[in-house]
Amino acid sequence: MEANNNDALVIGGVSLTSRLFTGTGKYGSDTIIPDVCEASGSQVITVALRRVDTNAATGNVMQHIPEHMQLLPNTSGARNADEAVRIARLARAAGCGDWIKIEVISDNKYLLPDGYETAKATEILAKEGFVVLPYVNADLYVARDLVNAGAAAVMPLGAPIGSNRGLMTKEMVRILIDEIALPIIVDAGIGAPSQACEAMEMGAAACLVNTAIAASGDPVAMGRAFGEAVRAGRAAYLAQTATVSTGTADASSPLTGFLGGM
Amino acid sequence: MGFSEILSQYDSLDMATYLAAVTPADVERVLAKHSLTPLDYLTLLSPAAEGMLEAMAQKANGISMRHFGKTIQLFTPLYLANFCTNQCVYCGFNTANRIPRSQLSADEVRKEGEAIAATGLKHLLILTGDAPSKSTVEYIGDCAKILGEYFPSVSIEVYALTQDEYAYLETCGVDGLTLFQETYNKTLYKELHPKGPKRNYDFRLDAPERGCQAGFRSVTIGALLGLEAVWQRDAFFTGLHAGYLQDNYPGTSIAISPPRMRPHVGSYEPASIVTDRNLVQYVLALRIFLHNVGITVSTRESASLRDNMMPLGVTKMSAGVTTAVGGHTAEDNGTAQFDISDPRSVEEMCRAIESKGFQPVFKDWQPF
Ligand code: SF4
Repeated sequence: MEANNNDALVIGGVSLTSRLFTGTGKYGSDTIIPDVCEASGSQVITVALRRVDTNAATGNVMQHIPEHMQLLPNTSGARNADEAVRIARLARAAGCGDWIKIEVISDNKYLLPDGYETAKATEILAKEGFVVLPYVNADLYVARDLVNAGAAAVMPLGAPIGSNRGLMTKEMVRILIDEIALPIIVDAGIGAPSQACEAMEMGAAACLVNTAIAASGDPVAMGRAFGEAVRAGRAAYLAQTATVSTGTADASSPLTGFLGGM
Repeated sequence: MGFSEILSQYDSLDMATYLAAVTPADVERVLAKHSLTPLDYLTLLSPAAEGMLEAMAQKANGISMRHFGKTIQLFTPLYLANFCTNQCVYCGFNTANRIPRSQLSADEVRKEGEAIAATGLKHLLILTGDAPSKSTVEYIGDCAKILGEYFPSVSIEVYALTQDEYAYLETCGVDGLTLFQETYNKTLYKELHPKGPKRNYDFRLDAPERGCQAGFRSVTIGALLGLEAVWQRDAFFTGLHAGYLQDNYPGTSIAISPPRMRPHVGSYEPASIVTDRNLVQYVLALRIFLHNVGITVSTRESASLRDNMMPLGVTKMSAGVTTAVGGHTAEDNGTAQFDISDPRSVEEMCRAIESKGFQPVFKDWQPF
């Protein structure tokens, strides 16, 4: 069920009814990808260009991505803006379309994204007509740079890649949601559907989940669970969660109770 | 501070005593931690930890799944030459061994490359013996250029080079370096390498760092387990070396290969027998200590051991391996550097990986 039929997420002119983005990276077999896409309802899927073998007759991940999916090639492996730009151009030349997820990581220990280099790559690629979705730390300044650079969305991490620790950057992501006019898509760190649901309740535009689905015991069932969690979170956001305390004067207001019925 | 200084900090550590004193409770305490100190890592290499392999495996598997998923990257070695000026006492290519020596011509390199590429492999590791005047840096570079037409990733496993030489090979399309220290025990190292340029311990010790400085995308290191009487010593220092490189060269992807001694032409007997359990313990400890390093298990190991190690932290495996020069095309395969235990073809390897619920990854890099 859609929370609201008019509630499409529009990115780069493409209207998406599912707000769950998925990945291709860590499955035991790529043949499971169509089933995960179907069960999760996801319409956007990210793929590392470095893993794509355009010449291979078989064993090519692209063969397993359903036709209707919006491809989101990523620049995994890029260590600076220049490398990310070159990978993005290669992706376009290889027929992967205009969407590109910028990943610039030059720290192989923590795999944290480099905001400065990401913004540089974003600026160059946006001018070249790419729909740029940059993966960054949840940082307001970087996000503003990305807005100025022409990004189509901002993808802050919920927690470091591979940590499965959930929405550790919650307060920072909340600031981005409040302050940045672009869609905020939580990427990396989400380990369980409840965490994706929480991000959506907060007002995130979408969540990208790869490891938590791919490395689960049953990726198809987990994909479905994430699809439902993201929908539930979105529905809750649209329904405007009731606040815990109204904050209006009542007898238990310790500081303003004396004002009585003024 | 260079790695040799870090090594020297452990000069006074009596490793055998430390290892013997570790209790199961110490191991449990380490397993409860998120990040490990070097001594925590050593704790996981102890005899006490050997009795707790399942708990270690659970933790290592979780880390590996989150960082690498259910994938195993495949590569194969290509021996360009077996000329060698060294006398490593444990190696079949040792100059003192009377074996036929050869070096591939450019045409032969191309043919070997084509034969390997036909199997679908995309990551290639080229090797030479240690004979700088025969297998010159230019020769290696020329071979890399030819092979770059067939393989998006070409790495080298050759004698230790200077930073400039590594940088030159990088311009020829080489993107990775593998270099084994063999042993971190300097005295033993001198005994095992009686003659030849490889005798220079320090030059070799610092070579992986020069590779990082030269800009290689991946650097793989390792010790040859079995040379040291206490196998944990080399396992420990390899882990520390990898951690040092990762901390100082975050842009380079660091990997470890844990080979054990194999039968070869010659009569060297290992100083210690590293059992399957020991090898598994080493890989588990490494994964728990260094979450993001690559771990390669070569065809020196048996098919069944390799298969069972897939979920434990291994990220790369060789397939379709021959350790003889020209072994991918020649009828008579010549003398191998060492005997392999897992002779499976690329296709067989893929089936084995898939049957374990893993995906064989052929291509994980491309130049741009
Ligand atoms: S290990 Fe290498 S350097 Fe030593 S003898 Fe064998 S081929 Fe030569």
